[in-house]
Amino acid sequence: MSARGVRTLLLALVALLLWLVLYPNLMVLADSLRTPAGWGLAAYARFLASHAERLALWNSVWISVASVLLSALIGVPLAFLFSRYAFPGRRVLAALVSLPVLLPPLVGVVAFLFLYGETGFLTRGVQLLLGLDEPPWRLAGAGAVLLVHAYTMYVYFFAFTRAALARLDESHAEAAAALGAGRWRTLTRVTLPMLAPALGGAALLVFMTSIGSFSAPYVFGGGFRVLTTQVFASKLNGDLQMAAVETVALALASVLALALLQRFEAGRRYTGAGKGALGGARLRRLSPRTRALLSAFAVALVGFLLLPHATVFLVSLVPEGSWTTQLLPPRYTLANYASLFGDAQMLQPVVNSLRMASVATLANVVLAVAAAYVLARPGRLRGRGLLALLIALPWALPGTVLAIALATTFSVQQPLAGRFVWVGTFVILPLAYFLRNIPLVTRAALTSFQQLDPALEEAAASLGASQARTLRRVVLPLVLPGLAAGAVLAFVTALGEFVASILLYTHRTRPISIEILSQLRAFDFGLAAAYGVLLIALMLVAFLLASRTETPATGA
Amino acid sequence: MLELQALGKRFGAVEAVRELSLEVPAGELLSLLGPSGCGKTTTLRMVAGFEAPTSGQVRIGGRDVTALPPQRRGVGMVFQNYALFPHLDVAQNVAFGLEARGTPRGELRRRVGEALERVDLAGYTARKVQELSGGQQQRVALARALAPEPPVLLLDEPLSNLDTVLRERTRTELRALLKRIGITSIFVTHDQEEAFALSDRVAVMYAGRLQQVGTPEQLYHEPANALVMGFIGQSNALPVHVVHADGDGLLCELPGGARWRAGAPRDAARAPAAGDALRLMVRPEALRLRRADATYGTDAEAGQGADAGRAAELAAVVASRRFAGALVQYRLAAEGLPELLVTVPAAHDGDAAVAEGERVRVRPASGARLHAFAEHTP
Repeated sequence: MSARGVRTLLLALVALLLWLVLYPNLMVLADSLRTPAGWGLAAYARFLASHAERLALWNSVWISVASVLLSALIGVPLAFLFSRYAFPGRRVLAALVSLPVLLPPLVGVVAFLFLYGETGFLTRGVQLLLGLDEPPWRLAGAGAVLLVHAYTMYVYFFAFTRAALARLDESHAEAAAALGAGRWRTLTRVTLPMLAPALGGAALLVFMTSIGSFSAPYVFGGGFRVLTTQVFASKLNGDLQMAAVETVALALASVLALALLQRFEAGRRYTGAGKGALGGARLRRLSPRTRALLSAFAVALVGFLLLPHATVFLVSLVPEGSWTTQLLPPRYTLANYASLFGDAQMLQPVVNSLRMASVATLANVVLAVAAAYVLARPGRLRGRGLLALLIALPWALPGTVLAIALATTFSVQQPLAGRFVWVGTFVILPLAYFLRNIPLVTRAALTSFQQLDPALEEAAASLGASQARTLRRVVLPLVLPGLAAGAVLAFVTALGEFVASILLYTHRTRPISIEILSQLRAFDFGLAAAYGVLLIALMLVAFLLASRTETPATGA
Repeated sequence: MLELQALGKRFGAVEAVRELSLEVPAGELLSLLGPSGCGKTTTLRMVAGFEAPTSGQVRIGGRDVTALPPQRRGVGMVFQNYALFPHLDVAQNVAFGLEARGTPRGELRRRVGEALERVDLAGYTARKVQELSGGQQQRVALARALAPEPPVLLLDEPLSNLDTVLRERTRTELRALLKRIGITSIFVTHDQEEAFALSDRVAVMYAGRLQQVGTPEQLYHEPANALVMGFIGQSNALPVHVVHADGDGLLCELPGGARWRAGAPRDAARAPAAGDALRLMVRPEALRLRRADATYGTDAEAGQGADAGRAAELAAVVASRRFAGALVQYRLAAEGLPELLVTVPAAHDGDAAVAEGERVRVRPASGARLHAFAEHTP
């Protein structure tokens, strides 16, 4: 592409993102600053004067910090266990430990409800075992939210630490040992500091996910308020200005956390200086007894982690109204699936989700390829920094913030101001999914483009291949695997999306997650679970398809 | 035939290549030789069409191709890292250029087979390129570049990714193959030995400028300036004053009083006159040494007469002696001069071997070519 073409493309991308990403958020900010007399901080004064609002802000922050600590406490030791010690079944179990990722936000929450809720399997089991009149615990409040967060988010720490341990040059630890440092000293002074970038990255991810988390506090929170649920409540009550202020507070909290952690991370990049094979951590040999114990522990752990999936599956087989006071449901049928697939009305949310996720993902791929192409080009290009910033922005903003921004901006018909009535139409949800996944897909595409050796394109050109031919025969085949992985992740996220959906859906466009919620409200747990199983199954299929494209095609 | 006419390339404030003019006759193997950053790769990329020159012209077979994109130049290129397409197998890689030209299937298969046969990879068609050794990958890259039968082949440090032993062998094979095909080729290399082994002529570049083009012998024995002499082979650079200048050359005086004859400087703007300060460049093998207390004895050159010999001699002390197989290398310390390097064929060193710390006398071998230059080596 000519230099002029690239500049035009860059300009178009920046304009598009300014309009769809930045502009709606500025509209929310403007809304929060509006007073009857003009502009002012009156709404903020109202926010700060309210005890409930201050509490929600504080809760959002501390629950996120606690989620980070708890996730680290579970994920990091697990990563060491699976990376450093040899025991039977290590590889398979290590893969299974990441299972909580395969649980869409709301489905996970539902599974916990069936497991640990007042009438959950485990709760009933313990109650029956001890002969109690009351359930032994209540799944509500901060504790419940933390439990769900830790269960779903420790995977970030596990995955990041494991990857870092695999890259870590063991010779550093050996050098420390040779210098006389004991095991503890080596761990705290050498190994952990070298893991700092990975741990920082995981902490950031958990914090951002946690502060934006909506389903867990919404379902289990009870009286426990956080900013995301406050935004939802204010919007429902029609106090749109308060919703705007809360949205701004939420956005500020998460952008602040991002800035803080990136400051901490700056200058903490270590790369192994070792040459040759970086074998990563060597496996420690253990006695047969310890190995057996470790295996048993790992199996038990994986069993525990699989419980939610198993629970959702089990409940999906229970016909409505057949399960009352028994520990386990008395009857299992496929009735829920039959009604799900038999009724066009029931199937509508599945069709909706598939359609909207596909549209959004397609848009994501097109934008990602264009943006990555511009960003990965060698040489200087003015405006490239702005483009990178706009692409990263949705990542820093919780889904709730984005949804409120869209709801605010695209509920008015002012074409000259770039505003259209999209709320209530088929456009708004795919748009929200698309915006939320921009950073993810673009990063995947960019990584692939950056790994592409520019000499390959030159080689194709010197062999007489036209630009179109080079793109089709060389660039795309090499970029595709990485791009496909990003696209699948985006598709799967969009398929189960709940946080933004609940603020923007209409009955006609309701996605699966919203349908699960309404079935729960109607106490049709079996049907809700059947939707959940379907969602998990769709995600699995998508992942399996993606893993098949990962080996580049070698066909004739 | 390839012609570069006053080719120039400017990156912002940096002039990477300046006023470079060069003619490469059909079938010639030419090396662009120079240290990294001298502009040789930029020159190659301008010939290939990857960089647009800021000034000047590239002509291939008499046709001006300066404005043509790489696709339409028909120039073959072997990349430093080979740039083989990792998602295609060996045959698909080699077929790539032929496919782009719309070669019919039957002919395509035949030509891919021929191209692979030429580089001794006939049985490797379905192999993945990642499974090949470095040497094999290099040959696939060569076969791929040659398959469309381009009029000109460019090779960017084609041997730098091979280990030393393989490099030596590949050099000979590569030269033989290219000569057999008779293709006009340009190598880029920073390795003088490689340039000498591969090419008919060598173009030495420095700081974006072409310094000299010539056969390896010309470059070694008649360097155009101190840069070329300093870059090619070893040499001693000695500060001297002109005592006398005439039609035959110069008589120069070294610090310490020794007077040596040298050719007129090829890089000077005007003829040098008595009193001018110049740089005398002397190859280590162009010097002879003897113990300060010994006579030349068996040395045939002793017949020159004792007085003439003494006036031409430089007093020095042996700082180190290193035996390097065919040669013995002496490093000498002489007053007012940088360290002096003298090599003696091991066969001649024999009993006359001089130990470290001994005093010696040094003078040019009879018939040796000494070069005086106006500019200094960097």
